[in-house]
Amino acid sequence: MFQFAGIKDFDWTMFFVVMIICALGVLQIFSATHDTVWQGSWWKQVIYIAAGILLMWIATSLDYHALMSHVYPLYFASLVLLIAVLAIGKRAFGSTRWIALPAGIHLQVSEFAKIAIVLLVARFLTELQKDVLELRDLLKLGGAILVPMALIAKEPDLGTALTYLPILAIGVFLAGMPWKYWLAIAVVALIVLPVGFVSLQAYQKARIVSFLDPERDPQGTGYQLIQSKIAVGAGGTWGKGLTKGSQTQLRFLPVPHTDFIFSAFAEEHGFIGVMVVMVLYFVLLMQIVQNAQTAPDRAGMYVCMGVGALLLFHILVNVGMVVGRMPVTGIPLPLMSYGGSSIWSTFLMLGLVNSVRVRRFVN
Amino acid sequence: MRFPSLEHIEQQSSPGKIQLRDDPSFASAKMAVFQYLAVAIFLFLVTGFWELQIKSPEIYNERAERNRIKALPIVAPRGKILDRDGRVIVDNHSTWSLILSRENLKQEHLHEIADGLHLDYDDLMRKVGRYKNRPKYEPIIIKEELTPAELAFVEAHRDPDTFPEMELIESQRRLYPENGILANVIGYTGEISESELDIPDYAKYNQGQIIGKTGIEKQYNETLMGVDGERQSVVDNRGREREVLGVKEAKPGRNLQLSIDLDLQAVVELALDESLVDYPHARGAVVALNPQNGEVLAMASRPNFDPNKFAVRIKSKDWKELTSDPGNPLLNRAIQAQWAPGSTFKPIVALAGLETGAIDENTVFHCAGGASFYGHFYKCLEVHGDVTLHRGIVASCDAYFYGVGNKTGIDGIAFYAQQVGYGAKTGIDLPNEASGIVPSPEWQMRNYRQKWYLGQTISVSIGQGQTTVTPLQLARAISGIGMGGVWHTPHLLLSATKTEQPHEWALNPDNVKKVVSGMYGVVNEGGTGIRARIPGLDVCGKTGTAQVASADYEKAHRDIKDNAWFVAYAPCDKPEIAVSVLWENVGVQGAHAAPTARDIIKAYFDKKIRTAEAEAARQLQRSNPANAIVSALLPAASVQDAARDASEGNTGTTR
Repeated sequence: MFQFAGIKDFDWTMFFVVMIICALGVLQIFSATHDTVWQGSWWKQVIYIAAGILLMWIATSLDYHALMSHVYPLYFASLVLLIAVLAIGKRAFGSTRWIALPAGIHLQVSEFAKIAIVLLVARFLTELQKDVLELRDLLKLGGAILVPMALIAKEPDLGTALTYLPILAIGVFLAGMPWKYWLAIAVVALIVLPVGFVSLQAYQKARIVSFLDPERDPQGTGYQLIQSKIAVGAGGTWGKGLTKGSQTQLRFLPVPHTDFIFSAFAEEHGFIGVMVVMVLYFVLLMQIVQNAQTAPDRAGMYVCMGVGALLLFHILVNVGMVVGRMPVTGIPLPLMSYGGSSIWSTFLMLGLVNSVRVRRFVN
Repeated sequence: MRFPSLEHIEQQSSPGKIQLRDDPSFASAKMAVFQYLAVAIFLFLVTGFWELQIKSPEIYNERAERNRIKALPIVAPRGKILDRDGRVIVDNHSTWSLILSRENLKQEHLHEIADGLHLDYDDLMRKVGRYKNRPKYEPIIIKEELTPAELAFVEAHRDPDTFPEMELIESQRRLYPENGILANVIGYTGEISESELDIPDYAKYNQGQIIGKTGIEKQYNETLMGVDGERQSVVDNRGREREVLGVKEAKPGRNLQLSIDLDLQAVVELALDESLVDYPHARGAVVALNPQNGEVLAMASRPNFDPNKFAVRIKSKDWKELTSDPGNPLLNRAIQAQWAPGSTFKPIVALAGLETGAIDENTVFHCAGGASFYGHFYKCLEVHGDVTLHRGIVASCDAYFYGVGNKTGIDGIAFYAQQVGYGAKTGIDLPNEASGIVPSPEWQMRNYRQKWYLGQTISVSIGQGQTTVTPLQLARAISGIGMGGVWHTPHLLLSATKTEQPHEWALNPDNVKKVVSGMYGVVNEGGTGIRARIPGLDVCGKTGTAQVASADYEKAHRDIKDNAWFVAYAPCDKPEIAVSVLWENVGVQGAHAAPTARDIIKAYFDKKIRTAEAEAARQLQRSNPANAIVSALLPAASVQDAARDASEGNTGTTR
């Protein structure tokens, strides 16, 4: 027997919210790059978004159960690709994150591997037979996620590697991890963190130190944070206007069309503009959670919540960095930052959420 | 459009235990927790924006403006220094200076920048450190007068990817006369120091500015220094200029015309060098001034220094060399050397004796190779027998002046010594002038809490004891007597002649005549200053050979020797020029210094005659009708050439 879901079941609220966010992103990319060598970026981004919508549509039409049944091949394929990145990847800005495809496209494999992780966590937890997560299961799942994380951290791209953790965290939280495990993890983290800090790359240490005290080396490691705060603050209530922000236009702000796009946005559109975008992101998240709540099964709920947790983490780290409340990490702001890999992986994940949504009336 | 659904959903959603397990509602409370977490995180982020954008946007706006707007100083050229005829003594020339823009300064670049510019790394670090508490947009001038090689280094490395903090600005460098001519008078310039910035008068200056440090450069710093301009522009993060907001042009400093006559100065410098060439340390000074108005015509001090070494920033090695030199080349001995005047003091003692009525021109004192006072025998160089005023001065008989001084008393001597300007600064427009000492019972009580011994008066009578004067005081004092009791304030600024106030003390013209006649005899009647004689010119003068310590001490310490003085002026009745010469630590009599003064006085009058003759020739040319026709026919320039040829043919150079 076949179940059919109507086109009206597609989450149009989410779609419009996403389109507005993307449009504001394109506008900001245009403003930040219009007189630079990247001046064509805004329409490239439009193409990425168009392709992203197509990918979302495809993901929506695919049954997430089918994807989950193939999650192990997907997972191992991701690992192979991540290893390939380390072996033959394209090196830029001091790290190797991209695989060069024909037509000049560079794919950031770690962005797409997230999808496999979301599905892996969902399948693993769905298959559990008990209401409470056992230590053995936690270790299994944790190990499965640590492998790609380690490969990504090796690129080095610690920021992106860390985005895998919220997927795991929300999963085990929903699956019912006993509180003593949380406690144990906290204790282990407290012990491991200092050791981990020592083993960080020098630039990573500097980022963390400069996050705690950016004015210590304002021209060096603290530069980005300081310039970002200046840009945001200078925006004031109403902003300086599109293409009028001096921090953005005179390029005191680093990478104002990718990682620091929200600083540029905040400078040119002020607190009012920031509030609009923050509300849009919040609505998007709440839509995702709502889809999780109305999911037809556990698997769908885990998929939606995994995507939601991942996006929330991205927003926290990227926007937190923009206002100087998080250390500088090279992770993009979903839907706004320029870049095909981030746009496509985000749209694919939103497609997964819709795939769950359109199948909610199966019963 | 419809989405197909796969079969196994149905299987999973079929009734039974699995369906119960598959119901996501068991986690709805936890999903609510996630929603609250999202709310908390969004509040956390929004309050971040609130803090930056609503609470204190001004701070960040200002910092954005400081990022955006860069101000580069336009250094105002310092005024030139000219001599009395308008000839340039100190000039400027254009150079490039390197400044560090601290907004994009990276500490790790400093090493290479220091290497490329031949700077000392530690010095540079210290300098950058000193600016730590200054606003970021204030640039640091780290090197002036870049050599072509350094300029090439800067041009090659100032691109955004190497050392974007390097910034070139054009500036003016001081160009002083070579060989240290007038060095001690003009002084030098340098970057304002930390301690100078604390002086209230200097509060208006900024760190890094170049100010006069000594001499004329310091005295007239305000006049010479212009007002720096500024160029404000919008720059991007790499310091590239995007837009010029405004340019405030620099206001150049004003030129300064001195009373110095470069021709005479050249003679003075040469004469002083030549005369000191035989003496090991070659320390001395010469002043030439016009007694009628106080204009200083020439002034020199030895040893001297090359102020061009200071024109940029003196190297610490050069500075050490200068400051550790026992001869102290930075001292302007003409106004700062204070020594016992020796016999040059005698005309003043004579004047004091005459004016107080203690003696007249016929008062006799006996010289038996000295004379006894208060149980002590005071020596004279020769046995002069019975001596009266004129012969006392001409032969510089010590015994005669012991008698005069003893009779006049210390108070009379001190009074007249002060009238001629001793014991006080002359008020010349130079910093750090010394005042010398006129000892007296009150002075001794004030400074040493000691009673005055009458024996001291005997020493003071011949310009020894604690009496000290500067060469400038000496020239002014003696020529002022020749002026009949008018002592003008010496000055180097030509225009100060109009405003200068002389000190006048009505002397009895008869007494003046008697003293002046003695000084005429010194030069013209076989006296000690005979070597200053110039045929056809009335030159008055007085020698001095001054002990700098007791005779016994000088004997025990061979490196301590007598100073030689000579002071002269001419003409005797209406002085136009007064010259004093000091040779320090030479161990010869003042008579040896007389030729130096003679050469200077002669040069002065030679030039005066030449100038007058040239003027007469020019007058003649103008009044000759034939020349008028020539000038009408010929281009102006050739007439001038002809005039110059004519005057030079007669008199040499006219300038």
